[in-house]
Amino acid sequence: MKRLRNILVLVCLSLVMVTLSACTNKKSSQQNAWQRAESSKTITWGVKADTRLFGLMDIKSGQIQGFDIDMAKAITKKVLGKDGHAKFVQVTSKTRIPLLKNQNIDAIIATMTITPDREKIVDFSKIYFAAGQSLLVKRGSTIKNVRDLNKAGTTVLAVKGSTSAVNIKKYAPQAKVLELEDYAQAFTALKSGQGEALTTDNGILFGIASENPTYHVVGGTFTKEPYGIAFDKGQGEMRSKVNAALAEMRKDGTYQKLLQKWFGNVAGFDLKEASQQ
Amino acid sequence: MISVFQQHWQELLVGFGNTLLCSVIALFFSLIIGSTFAIFEVLPSRFLHILGRVYIEVFRNIPLLVIGMFFYAVVPQYVVSINGFTAGTIGLTLYTSAFIAETVRAGIQAVDEGQMEGARANGLTFMQAMWQIVLPQAFRYVIPPLGNQFINMVKNSSVLAFVAGFDLMYQGDLIASTTFDTFNTYIAVGILYLIITLPLSYYMRYLEKKMG
Repeated sequence: MKRLRNILVLVCLSLVMVTLSACTNKKSSQQNAWQRAESSKTITWGVKADTRLFGLMDIKSGQIQGFDIDMAKAITKKVLGKDGHAKFVQVTSKTRIPLLKNQNIDAIIATMTITPDREKIVDFSKIYFAAGQSLLVKRGSTIKNVRDLNKAGTTVLAVKGSTSAVNIKKYAPQAKVLELEDYAQAFTALKSGQGEALTTDNGILFGIASENPTYHVVGGTFTKEPYGIAFDKGQGEMRSKVNAALAEMRKDGTYQKLLQKWFGNVAGFDLKEASQQ
Repeated sequence: MISVFQQHWQELLVGFGNTLLCSVIALFFSLIIGSTFAIFEVLPSRFLHILGRVYIEVFRNIPLLVIGMFFYAVVPQYVVSINGFTAGTIGLTLYTSAFIAETVRAGIQAVDEGQMEGARANGLTFMQAMWQIVLPQAFRYVIPPLGNQFINMVKNSSVLAFVAGFDLMYQGDLIASTTFDTFNTYIAVGILYLIITLPLSYYMRYLEKKMG
């Protein structure tokens, strides 16, 4: 009798599992993001809050500030008019796609590289920032470029869910890669010696280095990381509106002004390279 | 969900192994450390009593994530270089040992005082009486709550994911972020955790019946 009951419990458990996994096959009813944005005069953007220069939480004011934020605000005003309101939700590289998929956010503008793999899952706007992957090391480190990392015994730090974690395994297959939750944690790990170098896109690394002068960016860029704004599949209307706004901003100089505002004073940063289309 | 297992069984296996290893190490040491501090608490020595109290209250009342990050980020900078797995396991051990200490102390105090007095009257030293007479009875009382602590500990080992400890949760995060199949990946990870915790849960119940 006892055994029978135990088996019954297990059967019930597996039934629950099967039912749960069946849920994914059914697509949750998708709303038209553009219609929702137009009627509520609000676009909800997924942004980073741990990335200096792109999206960083200012502890004093409680506001997120950065290039991505200003871009999102400018685009919202362009597509929804003067009374358009940009709402911001914090995301990380790991959470941004799930949050977009379950419609918690309308669009992602969070240092997100356009890749073929991601294009299968989401739709991207045109490039709004041309970044490239680079390395951050402590001043005086023997590591000068990505080739120096490619030997057994070196450890590279990256962030979960970022393209840089995938890329570094390709460019330095011998190095061990540790993936942390976000850039703040990854940099903390670098400081405490958990790895020799932190790798991600140059813009983000320059942001970290500008606050921590004992660390610097080395080796130039070894990949191309074009950033795009991501939308869920089937939100073509929203995407074409945003693309039009982007083109307009490049033409009327708003884009260059924002780029200059955030990256103009960063030593060693190539503004021309970043504004490539 | 099946496809997650098929395509990523190697990563999941590594994660499963590390979670299991971390749990076994933490279970062993937290039981020893926890019991030691539980005994400190019932000793007549005032100094050891206070020491036990401070240890338990500190580690019981700080979030595990904070303890783990402390060993991962702060300790290597100033003391000794340790990797994520070690840092997470140490954090988990200390955190769990505080709870086990409280559980075992309750068990010791539940044993009738006459047991200790009788043993001492028969010529046993305090430690002999504690080890041979009181503790065996105390552990019998606390098997159910101890089982809870062990199961919590296995689940709490997911703190390793935050310090790059290559455990099940860490591997799950990586698989989810490369395949974008968040749902099925975490279901798969959940099932693997169940494979560790369910037998543990049944074994504790079996022990409870056998001893009770």
